[in-house]
Amino acid sequence: QLSLFRLTMKRLHSTSHSSVDSKEMKKFQLLAQTWWDEEGEYSALHSMNDIRVPFIRDTLLNMSSNYHLGNPLSGIKILDVGCGGGLLSEPLGRLGASVTGIDPVEDNIRTADRHKSFDPVLAKRIQYKSSSLEEIVEECMETFDVIVASEVVEHVADLEMFIKCCSQVLKLEGSLFITTINKTQLSYVLGIVVAEKILGIVPEGTHEWEKFVPPEELERLLESNGFLVKTVNGMLYNPLSGSWSWMESTSINYAMHAVKCGAPRQPSPTGALSEMESEQSSATAGTTM
Amino acid sequence: TSAMMAGVCRRGMLASLGGRLRAGPRAPLRSVAAAAPLYDVVVSGGGMVGSAMAAVLGHDIHFHDKKIALLEAGPRKEYDRMPETYSNRVSSISPGSATLLSSFGAWDHVCSLRLKPFRRMQVWDACSEAMIVFEKDDLDDMGYIVENDVIMSALTKQLDAVADRVEVFYGSRAVGYTWPLPSHSCDTSPWVQIELADGRRLQTKLLIGADGHNSVVRKEAEIKNIEHRYDQSAVVATLHLSEATDNNVAWQRFLPAGPIALLPLSDTASSLVWSTSHEHASELLAMDEESFVDSINSAFWSNANHTDFIDTAGAMFRSALSLLKPSGTAVRQLPPSVAKVDPESRATFPLGVGHATEYVQHRVALIGDAAHRVHPLAGQGVNLGFGDIACLAHHLSAAAFNGSDLGSLKHLLKFETERQRHNVSLIAVIDGLKRLYSTRLAPLVLLRTWGLQATNALPPVKVRI
Repeated sequence: QLSLFRLTMKRLHSTSHSSVDSKEMKKFQLLAQTWWDEEGEYSALHSMNDIRVPFIRDTLLNMSSNYHLGNPLSGIKILDVGCGGGLLSEPLGRLGASVTGIDPVEDNIRTADRHKSFDPVLAKRIQYKSSSLEEIVEECMETFDVIVASEVVEHVADLEMFIKCCSQVLKLEGSLFITTINKTQLSYVLGIVVAEKILGIVPEGTHEWEKFVPPEELERLLESNGFLVKTVNGMLYNPLSGSWSWMESTSINYAMHAVKCGAPRQPSPTGALSEMESEQSSATAGTTM
Repeated sequence: TSAMMAGVCRRGMLASLGGRLRAGPRAPLRSVAAAAPLYDVVVSGGGMVGSAMAAVLGHDIHFHDKKIALLEAGPRKEYDRMPETYSNRVSSISPGSATLLSSFGAWDHVCSLRLKPFRRMQVWDACSEAMIVFEKDDLDDMGYIVENDVIMSALTKQLDAVADRVEVFYGSRAVGYTWPLPSHSCDTSPWVQIELADGRRLQTKLLIGADGHNSVVRKEAEIKNIEHRYDQSAVVATLHLSEATDNNVAWQRFLPAGPIALLPLSDTASSLVWSTSHEHASELLAMDEESFVDSINSAFWSNANHTDFIDTAGAMFRSALSLLKPSGTAVRQLPPSVAKVDPESRATFPLGVGHATEYVQHRVALIGDAAHRVHPLAGQGVNLGFGDIACLAHHLSAAAFNGSDLGSLKHLLKFETERQRHNVSLIAVIDGLKRLYSTRLAPLVLLRTWGLQATNALPPVKVRI
């Protein structure tokens, strides 16, 4: 753990192979103070906890037989990549997990550290680091039981490298949870035009449609890098109620759960086939878990 | 020095309620706050509702690792066996409340101490023959008359059972609260600071105010309370009946000055709750025991308030109803007559109604009489409080299982909406009934006579009540 803290900002700028996009960093720097205002710029992320935390919690509970409902994630080591101000790290910490939160924007880490410092239980369970994913790979090979990359992959510069790094720091059979935005006409209209420009749900300029990731492509990348995709669920935000819900269609937002199985699989010829295959394997994998 | 600091803070707070309190903690607070122990939930007020709230959370599986504190100004109350005489403070416990109490094992203790189930409730008017009878078709109990001390003893036992999670501070009164600033200015403590009378300090992520109708939590949180003092006091006493009987009926008669109720305690004893004017209440307390007993019997049996007009109108309506709905007029049972009153058991307390405009704020929730105060005529007071507990505990349990910040308004508002929807109409109805029955004016008496008779004849309406 001590070795993690030797890494500094200097290394961040010197690395050329980075999944961090410096333009993206600047966008978040400006909003670093507002993370914890539940009614502020990040209110949609706060309310997303209402579905993403139960999703992570229940998936992990289903995979294990030995847990206590009063401390459901106890003993689980989670890496929260792109943790921002710690909005997702804190609930996971409260549920008993040991969380390491990393984010390239130092101001975000400062905000996160300050916010957790008032709660002695969280202060012990969560460690924050200002860092990119690549920078911790060496020290953290196969360290984590779970990686959470929520609302992150639509901001990274090199998605394949990001996934490779996830695989390196994740234990075998470990879980990777991703939530992100699909690249469709609908997601452009709702996710950018409506969300940013009209309703102001998301600060303007946060997202670039070019960088949105369709679930088929994400699945392909995951499966060709040693992951088995178990679940894909569409998510829907209701701006009137300010709340999220699950939906069949992944055409706007979606969540994905994948498990590191080691051997990279041959990418399937069509997207539909791969989904069927992953359904079949999750049916059988359920018994082996 | 911390005691001195506490003294300064206390004086400062009491000197200027209002803006000063919301201005945020003073500079030195940071170092003091660091020392004050942090709880996940603090319940202020260890009465029936506050103690039950703490016990329910303490027994909740998702609160297994949480720290809860209960602040109670009085001493610990626990009985292994009840004293021979009955206490004069009793409550009518609805089946729903009994379910809540059994969900964490308290109802078993109540049953092992003492309680009286009742199957029937007869409510009638002093100014007419109109009457309404409530009873369940199946032979289930409608409710239970339980002494408040019995409930407290059961709750204390169940709090002991989770002492590793719930810390009870007896003889402790909170004298000051400091509210956190909105969460995004994060240089100061985000928790609620509580100062006790003895100078000790606590911090909490959620403060639950269960400190009664004069709630300090509500006042310090500057939550507006709509309240009204009735021109009535309630007189309570423990009575002994002339002869032993099944005594499983609760009786209530609406007199012009207020309702008189006889709640069964045993086959030979009943509890009196007589709401009447302040003057009459003092008279009742002052008179000798024989006169007191005579007043009670007369109140239940006398027809002095009947007028021929109302009697005829009522009788006409009744025969009309019996044509339409033959089963709709019930047989009037006669209430038992009272032989004597327990010495020392007479007491009186003033009555009023109140409702807080908000039940919740950031990191604060009000339950029980702190949120709403009603007239005892419907026997609902503590049941509303238990209903609040069931609802709040449900939301807090889900929030804990989601890893949420317990003091977050998001789930607190859900509790407020649910309970306000339920409580407001009930409180309005009870208050309305109180006013409607406080008069002798013929038109209103006729209205309520016919209304009562009609309600008695209509099963759907009765079931809802």
